[in-house]
Amino acid sequence: MKLGLVVDLDTCVGCNACAVACKQWNTSGTTGPLTDLEPYGKDPTGVWFNRIRNYELGDYPDNKTVHFPMSCMHCEDAACVTVCPTGASYKREEDGIVLVDQDKCMGCNLCAWACPYGARELDPEEGVMKKCTLCVDRIYDEALPEDERQPACVMTCPAHARFFGDFDDPNSEVSRLSRERGGEHLMPELGYKPVNTYLPPRNKPNIPTYKNETNPIEKVKDWVNRLVAR
Amino acid sequence: MHPAFSVIFFTVTSGAGYGLIAITAIYSAFDFSQPMTGAQTLMLSAVALALITSGLISSTFHLANPKNAWRAFSRVRTSWLAREGLLAILFYPIVMLYVYLVWRGVDASSSTAMTALALITGVWAIVTVFSTGMIYASLKTIRQWNNALTPVNYISLGLMLGGLLFSWLLSLSGNVSANLTMVASYMVVIAATIKIVYFFWIGTPAGPTINTATSFTARTVRLLDVGHTAGTFLTDEFGYQVARDRLVALRWIAMILGFALPSLIVWFGLGEGDNTLMLGAAVISAFAGVAVERWLFFAEARHVVNLYHGAQQC
Repeated sequence: MKLGLVVDLDTCVGCNACAVACKQWNTSGTTGPLTDLEPYGKDPTGVWFNRIRNYELGDYPDNKTVHFPMSCMHCEDAACVTVCPTGASYKREEDGIVLVDQDKCMGCNLCAWACPYGARELDPEEGVMKKCTLCVDRIYDEALPEDERQPACVMTCPAHARFFGDFDDPNSEVSRLSRERGGEHLMPELGYKPVNTYLPPRNKPNIPTYKNETNPIEKVKDWVNRLVAR
Repeated sequence: MHPAFSVIFFTVTSGAGYGLIAITAIYSAFDFSQPMTGAQTLMLSAVALALITSGLISSTFHLANPKNAWRAFSRVRTSWLAREGLLAILFYPIVMLYVYLVWRGVDASSSTAMTALALITGVWAIVTVFSTGMIYASLKTIRQWNNALTPVNYISLGLMLGGLLFSWLLSLSGNVSANLTMVASYMVVIAATIKIVYFFWIGTPAGPTINTATSFTARTVRLLDVGHTAGTFLTDEFGYQVARDRLVALRWIAMILGFALPSLIVWFGLGEGDNTLMLGAAVISAFAGVAVERWLFFAEARHVVNLYHGAQQC
């Protein structure tokens, strides 16, 4: 199995619900807490497994805002696992999920340095590295109804912009979406073979944002209208 | 990258210590015209071990969870950090055996076995510094580090500091030949050349761009918002940036203190009599210069995660 996520950049509205749901689930999950420093202070900061950034594509008037959620890509060739000296970072053979064994981590930060996606964050209180678990304590929980055995971010997304599944199965929803919508990997040139894919925004006609007054007949009509109104 | 004091102290002092023990052991293995006495070899080895050990202890200070540091040798098959740790630990029994035999009065150039032990000690020290450099050189996420010059720099700077220390410490105990200090100054020139090549090498932006990072390769991509109002682990660790003119000034300081001043002292400052003070000044200047160089090594490195925070290229 090759479990991972598909993020639809066409429908993502950047509401941050996935990040909040992730924080809520995982702070009480197996790798919790997701420590916050000064949560009510001037500069609140803390551990997040999922962060959403916002970008502008192209130039006005042919531009577009894209909301960009990022979490661990669960790379096939995970550099964070390669560089880890203690054996705390590991990639599960059965489903490809990359995890950190909190009992073995010595907090040297080298895995965070090796990760190009900023997926790993050090917990300053506990002194160990934390990262997205793909909700491993949820997706295999047989106490949950079967349709709820999905990562918290996927469950909560109100725009249905996140999908979870097995990329090794060519007929799974994630494989089909990636294939049909041209799913892209981030920074593939580094060779870490990230699993998660991002579906590019669909090509839709621009919504006109202003009236283009270049037609001389329209200009004369406007002038006559203004004259009559007076 | 955020320059952590403990890591700068570790790489500079233990690098110098490994350089010193490498030069001492290899020098003692051959029957040169001016051999060292056993007492001198012991004194040089003791200083080297003190530098190495204080550096290694300092390196554990940047760990957020040092109680698990003993586990750091378990992934030798893939991790350069584990390799470096293992090489550093296994170095101790080897160098201790070497020091013990020197203390017992065995001349390193007399018996084949002792010559071999001295050479193994010296080469082991250099390989340890190489693996320190490879920790950084193996990171594809930081193009300023991900090149062959990084481990070469670590080795050449370690040998350079070791060579200057070697001359100075020998002059303290009475006899250092002009030839030996001259060799130390050649090491300074070699290290300076490699560092200058490195500065040119990292000069041009290359590698991933904000376009490949976001997968939008056919359009311009601009950051609108990072999504947080205060700093995060990522911005604290990787967002460190220094003004360009300050970096250039610090490069000059590193070049002058680290390389120009020590070699000028050796070439023009030394007289016939006691050169201890002048050589001491050269050592202090070189250490200060290499410390600035090591600070720059971190401060100039730009991690690709900065692309997600708005950098167009790193």
